[in-house]
Amino acid sequence: MKDIRTTVLYNREMAPGYYRLGVVAPGYPAQAQAGQFVMLRITASYDPLLRRPFGIFRTGVLQGSNPQLSSQDYIELVYKVVGRGTRLMAQLKAGDEVALLGPLGQGFCFEGIAHAAASDALLVAGGIGVVPLFMLARHLVDMGVKVRLLLGGRSRCDILAVTEFERLGVGTYVATDDGTLGEEGLITQVLERKLGKYPHAHVFACGPMPMLHAVEQICTHAQAPLQVSLEALMACGVGACLGCVVKGREHSAQSPDYLCTCKQGPVFTAQKLSWSSTTGEE
Amino acid sequence: MRMCTDEKPNLAVDIAGLKLKNPVMPASGTFGYGEEFTPYLDLEQLGALVTKGVSLLPKAGNPTPRLAETPAGMLNAIGLQNVGIEAFATQKIEFLRSISTPVVVNFFGNTFEEYVEVAERLSEIERVDAVELNISCPNVKAGGIVFGTDPVVAARVVSAVRTKLKVPLIVKLSPNVTDIALMARAVEEAGADAISCINTLTGMAVDLERRCLRLANGTGGLSGPAIKPVALRMVYQVVNSVSIPVIGVGGIMSAEDALEFLLVGATAVQVGTANLVNPSAMAEIITGIEAFLERQKIADINTWIGSLQ
Repeated sequence: MKDIRTTVLYNREMAPGYYRLGVVAPGYPAQAQAGQFVMLRITASYDPLLRRPFGIFRTGVLQGSNPQLSSQDYIELVYKVVGRGTRLMAQLKAGDEVALLGPLGQGFCFEGIAHAAASDALLVAGGIGVVPLFMLARHLVDMGVKVRLLLGGRSRCDILAVTEFERLGVGTYVATDDGTLGEEGLITQVLERKLGKYPHAHVFACGPMPMLHAVEQICTHAQAPLQVSLEALMACGVGACLGCVVKGREHSAQSPDYLCTCKQGPVFTAQKLSWSSTTGEE
Repeated sequence: MRMCTDEKPNLAVDIAGLKLKNPVMPASGTFGYGEEFTPYLDLEQLGALVTKGVSLLPKAGNPTPRLAETPAGMLNAIGLQNVGIEAFATQKIEFLRSISTPVVVNFFGNTFEEYVEVAERLSEIERVDAVELNISCPNVKAGGIVFGTDPVVAARVVSAVRTKLKVPLIVKLSPNVTDIALMARAVEEAGADAISCINTLTGMAVDLERRCLRLANGTGGLSGPAIKPVALRMVYQVVNSVSIPVIGVGGIMSAEDALEFLLVGATAVQVGTANLVNPSAMAEIITGIEAFLERQKIADINTWIGSLQ
């Protein structure tokens, strides 16, 4: 965890409204865990004031074309332009300076995945929720787990990075609301079918809250272990402001059990959270 | 006073007997209980450490969303979520005892009696070097705003907690009043040893697409650079209305901002929202203040404080 001023390597539109941002990030390939995030600040100006949290899509090491140049650690973020902050971000160019705080938070947990070679994992993503699942997929594949990605979105434009998952040997299943790619309908329907076929699978999900709710119900019913990666508005990213809390399982007004998405998350095992109301939305 | 040697300028200040190695401390609620910031900042560098507000019982805080970004600022409606005085005394204080920086514990109550009870408990805890009384949080309907906007009620709370405490009592004032000088005089007469001001300004943000308020609580406290001119004006007014030390708070992002508050007469400053944007902000501010004084050849920060021409 550190705060550094660093440099943009590239910032490319990958699909309408979606960008890949590469940033020099010393130490990240060795340290960053699947599911962790960074807080990025793209301007020294006070407007916009706050940093923005972004999941790490991947880490890597760039080998300089000139052997004299040392290799360079970097991270790649994938983001969607949704507001003023991300609109400004879309204008970043190679060589621009940004402030990078991270890697932050608790990533995915691999402890419960015994006999990895015989395990199945189902990764469920809604739209931009695919971002933290790529490093996860890579890790699970390395462990010998059979990984399948179920990717949902409004339209074909919202289905990202499929080729990269396929290159890892991950089977991908796509569903879109409008049927422009994959099957028409919700990705949670695909999850139900796949859980029927792989009843002992570990499920990992990231996406909009209504999708996570449906995933949680399906997994509870199927008794499948579930980890979710949550998204939240954040100010500090380090557990100080308490702006990004979600309700824990034991939460009540008398005995508060609020968990910081930034510090205790963003990845939670589903049992840790209260799913009775719309977690995080209330 | 001019410097004639290469010595570093003196940054130490005194707040009602509390000796600070420099005038920079966090604003309550932006720094947790300190531990969260240890990867980014040496807590020994700070003038003091101000904790998140603590109450008699644990407090759940407000529903989410609790944050909304606004032009050059942010609204928060955390709702004073905290672990309560018992958990503070058994868990949180332990870490604070491991540092030598003075610890200022911010506290509040939902009722008059709760204020007094928390003060009593705090007076029993070792390494509570000073307390900061929050009578100004705008988020809690039953508490903050009522105590902090009526000079008679505020004075009553201050004098009641004063009798329970042996350590310096700092009273944090709300800006959501017609005349902050009136409030300042009321708490000074009631026994406050120092004043910190300002707390956040009550504000609101709406979402046009969804036609709703952006904070679940409806209103929230505005902080950040957007409020600095208001804070500076109020600190100036308070400094000129009381004789106890004043700690300036509100939108301080840089050493220059801090120096402005000190120039108008604040003895120290609190840094709030800047910590959230940049976790090492206070270290940079302290270094910046020192560098400024060196450039100006000022040997002692106390000659800068209140030296407005």
